[in-house]
Amino acid sequence: MIRIALRMLLGDKLKYAGLVAGLAFATLLITQQGSIFAGFVLRTGAWIRDTGQADLWIMDEQVEFTEDRKTMLDSSLLRVRGVEGVEWAVPMYKAYMPCRLADGRRVIARVIGLDDATLLGAPPIMESGTLAALRQDRGILVDFGDAQDELAVSVARGSSERRPLAIGDRVDLNDHEMVVVGRYQRTAEFFWDPLIYTTYSRALAIAPPERRMLNFVLARVKPGYDHEAVATQISSLTGLQAYTAEGFEERSMDFILRKTGILANFGITIALGFVIGVLISGQLLYNFILDNQRSFAAMKAMGASNFLLLRMVAAQVMFAACVGFGIGVGLTALSGRVLAGSELAFNMAWQVPVFGGVAIVICCLFAALLSISRVLRLEPAVVFKG
Amino acid sequence: MTNIVAGALAVNCRGLTKQYGQGDNAVQALRGIDLQVRTGEMTYLVGPSGCGKTTLISVIAGTLDRSGGSCEVFGEDVASWGERKRAAWRGRNVGFVFQALNLVPTLTAAENVAVPLMILGEGHDKAVRRAEQMLERVDLGARTRSLPAQLSGGQQQRVAIARALVHDPRLVVCDEPTSALDHDTGQRVMELLRVVAASDERALIVVTHDARIFSLADRIAHMDDGRVERIESTPTSRQP
Ligand SMILES: Nc1ncnc2c1ncn2[C@@H]1O[C@H](COP(=O)(O)OP(=O)(O)OP(=O)(O)O)[C@@H](O)[C@H]1O
Ligand SMILES: [Mg+2]
Repeated sequence: MIRIALRMLLGDKLKYAGLVAGLAFATLLITQQGSIFAGFVLRTGAWIRDTGQADLWIMDEQVEFTEDRKTMLDSSLLRVRGVEGVEWAVPMYKAYMPCRLADGRRVIARVIGLDDATLLGAPPIMESGTLAALRQDRGILVDFGDAQDELAVSVARGSSERRPLAIGDRVDLNDHEMVVVGRYQRTAEFFWDPLIYTTYSRALAIAPPERRMLNFVLARVKPGYDHEAVATQISSLTGLQAYTAEGFEERSMDFILRKTGILANFGITIALGFVIGVLISGQLLYNFILDNQRSFAAMKAMGASNFLLLRMVAAQVMFAACVGFGIGVGLTALSGRVLAGSELAFNMAWQVPVFGGVAIVICCLFAALLSISRVLRLEPAVVFKG
Repeated sequence: MTNIVAGALAVNCRGLTKQYGQGDNAVQALRGIDLQVRTGEMTYLVGPSGCGKTTLISVIAGTLDRSGGSCEVFGEDVASWGERKRAAWRGRNVGFVFQALNLVPTLTAAENVAVPLMILGEGHDKAVRRAEQMLERVDLGARTRSLPAQLSGGQQQRVAIARALVHDPRLVVCDEPTSALDHDTGQRVMELLRVVAASDERALIVVTHDARIFSLADRIAHMDDGRVERIESTPTSRQP
C-alpha cells in the first residue's frame, strides 16, 4: 500500500509540484539563512585561524574577544615563558589607531605589533613583498583586500579616481609616517577595519603611551604536552586567561554573536522560514489529504486500519519532504556558488543541511498531524453518502 | 459446485433500529428492521428516498453502529467488536460498490481493483496481476492501465464491481450502482454483476431505485420509513 500511497501522491502532477516547491522554498529559506549565519560564525574566528603559529592565546582575564583591548603587565610574557610545557611565547600588540593616507583621507585601522625577533603571529600568505621586509625602517604590511578598498589612494591630488595602496606608499599611523613594505592576504573577517602589521617595538613607539601595552601573548606548546593542560597551568600560575586557539575562537564567537544580536536575528529569520514552511507545506498537505479523503474513507470501509492509513500518509509526507528538501538544499548550494566571490558570508557547514532536514521533517510531521487526524476521524460510512 | 452451504443465512437482522443524533435533532432512520438474506441470492433493497436503505446496508456491512435490535452477519455480531477487528473483518468478508464509486482518480483501473488485496497484505505486483484477471472477467482486460477519468461511466462501474469481487468476499453490498448510468448500460452492468458475482457462498445486497432492473433480483425487500414493508420473491428467482 506504500507504493499505492506514493502513486496517489505523484498522480496529480500539479499538486505534487506545488507541494514540493513549497517544501523546497522552506528548505531554501532555512538553509540559506543558516549558511549565512554559519558564514558569520566562521568569520568571527578567521583572524585567530590566520594566526596559525600560536597553539595558545594568553590575555588579561577580562578580554572577551579578538578586538578587546585590555592590557597586561610586560612581565606576563616572562611568566608565561616560565610555565612548563611552553616551547616559546611572544608578545603581540593590537589596537585601533587613526591612519591618514597620502591623499589626506583618514581611516581607523587596527595595528598589530609582532615580536621583533621572530615575527611570530604573522599572516600566512604574502601577496607582494616579504615578511622579513617588516624589519626595514618604518615598515608596515597591509592587506591586499584593504589596499584595493579602504586604503586605496587617489591617483592625483584632487582626483576622485583611486588606485590600490602598494609597496613604497606612505601612510601616517597615529601621526607617524610609515612605509608599506609588503601586502599580505587574509581570510574574510567579521570586523571590517583595515588590519596593518608592524613590529612590536614600532607599534609601541607610535602608540599613545599607556601604563601597560601588551595585550596578547602567543605561545607554542612543546611536543608531547596537552594544549588544554598547559593552558590550565598558565591560567592558574599567572591569573591570566589562557585559551587554545579553538577555545579563543569559541569565546570570541560567543561574545560577538551575543553582543551583535546576530544569534537572535538569524534565529528569528530561521524560525520564520520554519513557520512559513509549516504554513505552506501544512496548507498543501492538508489540501492533498482533503482531496483524497474519499479515497481514504473508501479504503477504511474496505478494511484498511488506521495504522495502515497512517503509514500511507507518512510515506506521502516523507517522500514529498525528501524531494523538497533535496531541491531546497541544491538551490542553497547553488546560491553559495553564485555568492562565492561576493562580500556575503556564506558557509554551508554540514550542520546546516542536517538542521534544515530535521526542521523540514518536523515541519511535515506537524502538517501531516493536522491532516492525519482528519483521516483517522473519518467514519467509514461516509463513503456511502453520495 | 456443491450446494451444501447454498441458502445459508448470511444476514439476520431482528428489530434493528438506528437513530442519528440526540434529543430534538434525533432522526429515526431505522425503526425495527426484520430482514434475512441468504447466500446464493441477490437481494434488492428498494424504497423512497430517505427511507433508510443506505443506513441499513452500512450497519450490515459493519461501517456503522446500530442503536438497537440485533444484526448478525454470517453468525457474528460484528457491531459488538472494536473498530480494528471490524475493519479486518470487512477487509476479508465484504465487497463494496459505492454509489459515488470512489475510485482513486490517480490510480490505474488495475491498481484500483488491487486495493482490497493490498489492504489484506498482498504485495503490489501480485495484487495487480490478480486485479488484471478480475478486470478480464468484467470485459475490461484491455483497459487495465487506464485511469478512471479515461473510462466511461459504465466502464468505471465495472471497475468498481471488479474491486468489490477481487478478494472473493462472502457479502457484497452495492448502493445505487446504476444511478449514474443510462438504462441500457445500467441493465448490462447489473447483468454482469449477477453473472460474475454469482456464487452459492455469496450474498448480494443491492440498493436501487431503478424499477426496470427489478427483474434481475431473486428477492426484493420493499422499505418505507425505516421499516421493511414486504419481501417479494421474483419469478426469475434461481432455485438453490
Ligand atoms: N449522518 C446522518 N445524520 C443525521 N441523519 C442522517 C444521517 N444519514 C442519514 N440520515 C437520515 O436518515 C434517514 C435515512 O437516510 P438514508 O441515507 O439511509 O436514506 P436512503 O434510503 O439511502 O435515501 P436515498 O435513497 O436518498 O439514498 C434520512 O432521513 C436521512 O436524512
Ligand atoms: Mg442512500
